[in-house]
Amino acid sequence: MLNIKDLKASIEDKQIIKGLDLSINKGEVHALMGPNGSGKSTLSYVLSGKEGYEIDSGSVDFKGKNLLELDVDERSNEGLFLAFQYPMEIPGVQTSFFLKTAINAKRKYQGLEEIDALEFAKLVKSKAEELSISPDMLKRDLNVNYSGGEKKKQEILQMSLLNPEMAILDETDSGLDIDALRIVSEGVNKLRNENNSFLVITHYQRLLNYIKPDFVHIIADGKIVKSGNFSLALELEEKGYEEISKTA
Amino acid sequence: MAATEQTIKQVNNLGNNDYKYGFSTEIDDIKSPKGLNEDTVKFISAQKNEPEWMLEWRLNAFKVFNKLPEPNWAKLNIPKINFQDYYYYSSPKSLKDKPKSLDEIDPDILKTYEKLGIPLQEQKLLSGVAVDAVFDSVSVATTYKKQLSDLGIIFCSISEAIKTYPDLIKKYLGSVIPVSDHSFAALNSAVFTDGSFVYIPEGVKCPVELSTYFRINAINTGQFERTLIIADKDSYVSYLEGCTAPMRDENQLHAANVELIALENAEIKYSTVQNWYPGDSEGKGGIYNFVTKRGACRGNNSKISWTQVETGSAITWKYPSCILQGDNSKGEFYSVAITNNKQQADTGTKMIHLGKNTSSKIISKGISAGYANNTYRGLVNIHSKASNSRNFTQCDSLLIGNKCGAHTVPYIESSNSDSMIEHEATTSKINEDQLFYCMQRGLNSEDAVGLIVNGFCKEVLQHLPMEFAVEAQKLVAISLEGSVG
Repeated sequence: MLNIKDLKASIEDKQIIKGLDLSINKGEVHALMGPNGSGKSTLSYVLSGKEGYEIDSGSVDFKGKNLLELDVDERSNEGLFLAFQYPMEIPGVQTSFFLKTAINAKRKYQGLEEIDALEFAKLVKSKAEELSISPDMLKRDLNVNYSGGEKKKQEILQMSLLNPEMAILDETDSGLDIDALRIVSEGVNKLRNENNSFLVITHYQRLLNYIKPDFVHIIADGKIVKSGNFSLALELEEKGYEEISKTA
Repeated sequence: MAATEQTIKQVNNLGNNDYKYGFSTEIDDIKSPKGLNEDTVKFISAQKNEPEWMLEWRLNAFKVFNKLPEPNWAKLNIPKINFQDYYYYSSPKSLKDKPKSLDEIDPDILKTYEKLGIPLQEQKLLSGVAVDAVFDSVSVATTYKKQLSDLGIIFCSISEAIKTYPDLIKKYLGSVIPVSDHSFAALNSAVFTDGSFVYIPEGVKCPVELSTYFRINAINTGQFERTLIIADKDSYVSYLEGCTAPMRDENQLHAANVELIALENAEIKYSTVQNWYPGDSEGKGGIYNFVTKRGACRGNNSKISWTQVETGSAITWKYPSCILQGDNSKGEFYSVAITNNKQQADTGTKMIHLGKNTSSKIISKGISAGYANNTYRGLVNIHSKASNSRNFTQCDSLLIGNKCGAHTVPYIESSNSDSMIEHEATTSKINEDQLFYCMQRGLNSEDAVGLIVNGFCKEVLQHLPMEFAVEAQKLVAISLEGSVG
């Protein structure tokens, strides 16, 4: 699915990702854990193609394609989804309209007709209910005056509507209370299947109690320093980043 | 490929032939001799078989025009206009004898409308919009006439009104925009060719949105529409105006006058979507749009509301205004002005408060991209007798790129102490993070810009009638194509 080889990337001439290797297969959930400033969010931006990030060397293969050559929207339409740590507010754009626009952008890319209005309404209603998102919220402007928890639920709603093959969740657990965390995690777990993959970026093991990863990686100073299974997350919680990095 | 890189590529791909409506229909036409003098005025009046009093009115206006300097206070760079270099009248020949129905209309003209997405035949049947279509200078089709006339509503070309309703014309024409107001107003009064006339009788709420489509067609034909709308006591009317023009290399002069009169308890809603040819990316060609639009709230409790979406023209000079004479009368101005490439716009409104308890609201959204300049210029004037009056103004500017400009020039004058005026203004650049967010959801860069800008304009666009809102949203996106960076 996703194959990152010796990736080095900089922002404003400062190298943040310093030779990172990561391979994610179909149906796998990987967790990426690390302290502040270790390059977690940078990796998510580099993979999704945000402007301002320079690739110094290395390669990223996504479903057999050179991901780094694709535009931001092409990466999305090819099935790469980023759940933002800080979702953007878009004033004046109704949430449901945005959802429909995004769905239709993908359908157009796939050579499909625009989604039927009734079908769309049904689809959004059922997905929103699963995430305890009120119909009222869909009528409001996208992310404007949303609470932190509402914004994160909105990200998961968008993810479930676009049904990506590769989803990156960038600190989706930050700012969530325990109920919201459970709802968001259940949303993710419902989407999990043998054909898609997840990269879950987080500081804390807490989220991983809900979204059980197949693999856990620890990133420090732009490199993966240790990989293992779920028990690594537990070990990390106990010992802290510093000690784990030392033993790496 | 990064977004900017992609944009540069897109901009380079933009040739000179991108204007969707840049085509012209080959139709034999009758032109007045080139140039402007008394004979031109007489020629136009004669072509239209006008009564003597109308010709005199025009000739007087022409005298006034010769004495007035061109207005020069706007933040616009206007090349010197050679008024002798234009044709002032052109009429498709096949329309010399006015058609009685759509079937009689030149198929070429109908085809032109189709390309513009205005299939008259269909519109007549489906849309519920009565269309008074202006092709060049002569009204070619008027639909829904009977339904309207049963209610006593008059909706016809101004040429027809001059002949059929001389009393109304004599009473109201030039009563809101005096001939001597400024040189473009005087010029229009001298050489206006056609336009719409609407009269809504006392107590009648017009059941359909009245609509007209203007289109400049013949080469070098200045077009001078004249529109007059009168809403008698307790009446209501909503009027839509939309325009597109074929591509031209030489600049085309356009100076319309629109007058609205609302009597006691009457309401007029006037909406415009303007997408005339803006010139190419180097600023060559394009329409000069010098429009005077003014409404008078003559009666107590009357209301006039202007909504405009201005995306076209090389130069836009336009200030739809309200004179709030009646007590408790209301004026509104909702505006979206988009300038891209080398377009210039200086637009805004004047709210003149004369009656007691009058109120006005101004919402202006200016979007500037490329090398364009966009100015909001507005006047709020509260007269000493207009006690207890209110104004609220909000001007927001959005910049796309760093070679364009946005300017806000509000004039606020209050001559009494119990009135309240509020003014809010913001200027911002389009947010890269918002663009990235939208593109991560699969939207290409232009759709992302269109979406964000439409959100920015929502407060204004939602005041447009449904028929226009969708078209306007598309237009907002189309006019900013190739502007991200």
